[in-house]
Amino acid sequence: MSGHPPSAYEPKTGIERWLDARLPIVRLAVDMMDFPTPKNLNYWWTFGGILAVCLVSQIITGVILAMHYVPNADMAFNSVEHIMRDVNYGWLIRYMHANGASMFFLAVYIHMARGMYYGSYKAPREVLWLLGCIIYLLMMATAFMGYVLPWGQMSFAGAVVITNLFSAFDQVIPGLGTAITTWLWGGFAVGGATLNRFFSLHYLLPFMIAGVVVLHIWALHVPGNNNPIGVEVKSKADTVPFHPYYTVKDGFAIVAFFVLFAWFVFFAPEALGHVDNQTPANPLVTPAHIVPEWYFLPFYAILRSIPQKLFGVLAMFGAIAVLFVLPWIDTSKVKSMRYRPTARIFFLMFVAAAIGLGWCGGKEPDDVVLTFGHTATGDPTGFSVVWLSRILAIYYYAYFVILFFLGLRENPLPVPANISTPVLGGAAMPAGSAAQAEKKG
Amino acid sequence: MVDTANAESHHQDDPSRRDFIHIAAITGAVGGVAALAWPLVDQMNPSGDTLALASVEYDFSKVALGQQVSILWRGKPVFIRNRTPKEIAEARADDHASMPDPQTDAARVKPGKEEWLVLIGVCTHLGCVPGFGGGEFGGWLCPCHGSVYDTSGRIRHGPAPKNLAVPDYAFTGPTKVKIG
Repeated sequence: MSGHPPSAYEPKTGIERWLDARLPIVRLAVDMMDFPTPKNLNYWWTFGGILAVCLVSQIITGVILAMHYVPNADMAFNSVEHIMRDVNYGWLIRYMHANGASMFFLAVYIHMARGMYYGSYKAPREVLWLLGCIIYLLMMATAFMGYVLPWGQMSFAGAVVITNLFSAFDQVIPGLGTAITTWLWGGFAVGGATLNRFFSLHYLLPFMIAGVVVLHIWALHVPGNNNPIGVEVKSKADTVPFHPYYTVKDGFAIVAFFVLFAWFVFFAPEALGHVDNQTPANPLVTPAHIVPEWYFLPFYAILRSIPQKLFGVLAMFGAIAVLFVLPWIDTSKVKSMRYRPTARIFFLMFVAAAIGLGWCGGKEPDDVVLTFGHTATGDPTGFSVVWLSRILAIYYYAYFVILFFLGLRENPLPVPANISTPVLGGAAMPAGSAAQAEKKG
Repeated sequence: MVDTANAESHHQDDPSRRDFIHIAAITGAVGGVAALAWPLVDQMNPSGDTLALASVEYDFSKVALGQQVSILWRGKPVFIRNRTPKEIAEARADDHASMPDPQTDAARVKPGKEEWLVLIGVCTHLGCVPGFGGGEFGGWLCPCHGSVYDTSGRIRHGPAPKNLAVPDYAFTGPTKVKIG
């Protein structure tokens, strides 16, 4: 890994020297622990470590669940009940896996928001950001297919709706969408063949995620971490070794995060689920109110806000695709929004819009947000959820346009000369005052 | 003499001959990979036994006026509805109303059997199963994204682009219908 200082590892015994000459794996581990890390990282930076633990937890519990689960349309639902009722600690492992998915997404959204606020996607970290976007896409595919496996009513309806998104291609080339959906289903509708292949891919994708995570960490270790002031590391004085400083800080955050995780697993294991999924899949009936898992709600709201099928699907996928080009959209050279007061307001509004879209996604489109009057039958009329979603979806996209033009014309606050200055001196100071600040200590 | 000629031609730089070997090798490799990739892709398409489930027969003698049954055909729900004269009249009255996918009611039923409406019960938006009795046209309402269909199964408003599909079907007896 380039950008590293000379390795601090010195093999002491003969065996270590023998191994180091053949596979320098101990050297790699020591260098990772020794990695010079900016000394001003705050708790928003601990979510990378939290995510790594989430992935490991999901893979371990998932491999165990696969020992008891049967990927067959006639037996899947009952095999999940078998896990919940009969398998020793099966309830615990399944609840850890199901709620673990939600925790994984909670952490990844915070991790992404941190990257967006502190400009971590900007040069020289564009590839790091792109790899993160790929991980996010793989996570969404994995979570969707995992949700189908219990083969309840919500699983089935989710599989139907998501695979049918591709039928929108019928509006581009007639027959293309149908050919794609038939190919995805392995039949003329979602059925046993679909369940079986989703199980196969649900088992595969987490290992692909792990592979991209390795690339993500590699791409992180080339330029090193960004930090809250967004000024690159200038000297050794700006850094501390990863261990013990950030192993301890990350470790504390992981424990705190797992308190929340454990609260869900033990006290509210079904809080994020849907009762309809306790009913076995029935292709003849769709539940009255279908909603995806919470982490897909913002995109679902965007899809629903557009009355035309193809454009709705494109707007939904576009909301994710736009993240991939973010490094080239943001024209500002200042990374951290600490020094971009205007951008900071737009960013906070973006976060609010994303959360608002999530809220809209969980409501019926015709639900009324602001009541202006009543119909003859007494139903409230006024500003509906679908209109709120439209406004929020427009802002979601507008944020990226704003970011482009804002970078060209805004006046950022003075940026500190290096990391040590604001760490030791408090407020930003002109370059050269760092030494003085250190004396004040 | 022949040997000498061959040896000479080997020494010569013959670009066209070398190009031919490269192009032939690349073509062979690409063709081979494509031939091998196709089975890996096509295995995902419906298998032989799935394709064999082509048709299903149903005895509708017990479906009373104003009732509807849902049966499974090729994994999809099929609605068989015994329409009331009022439903038929409403559908025919709207034949020339503005709608996203214009079609007359007569084109969606068999002549002389106007009361029997046979539909694939899959919303043309994203595939949910619409429920009867919702929406302002007295027909179907999709629970997922609010597409509204009339008593002929035609899309009237909402995100769905097409009318509920009418499958291939035939009346094989006084009370029997064969779908597919």
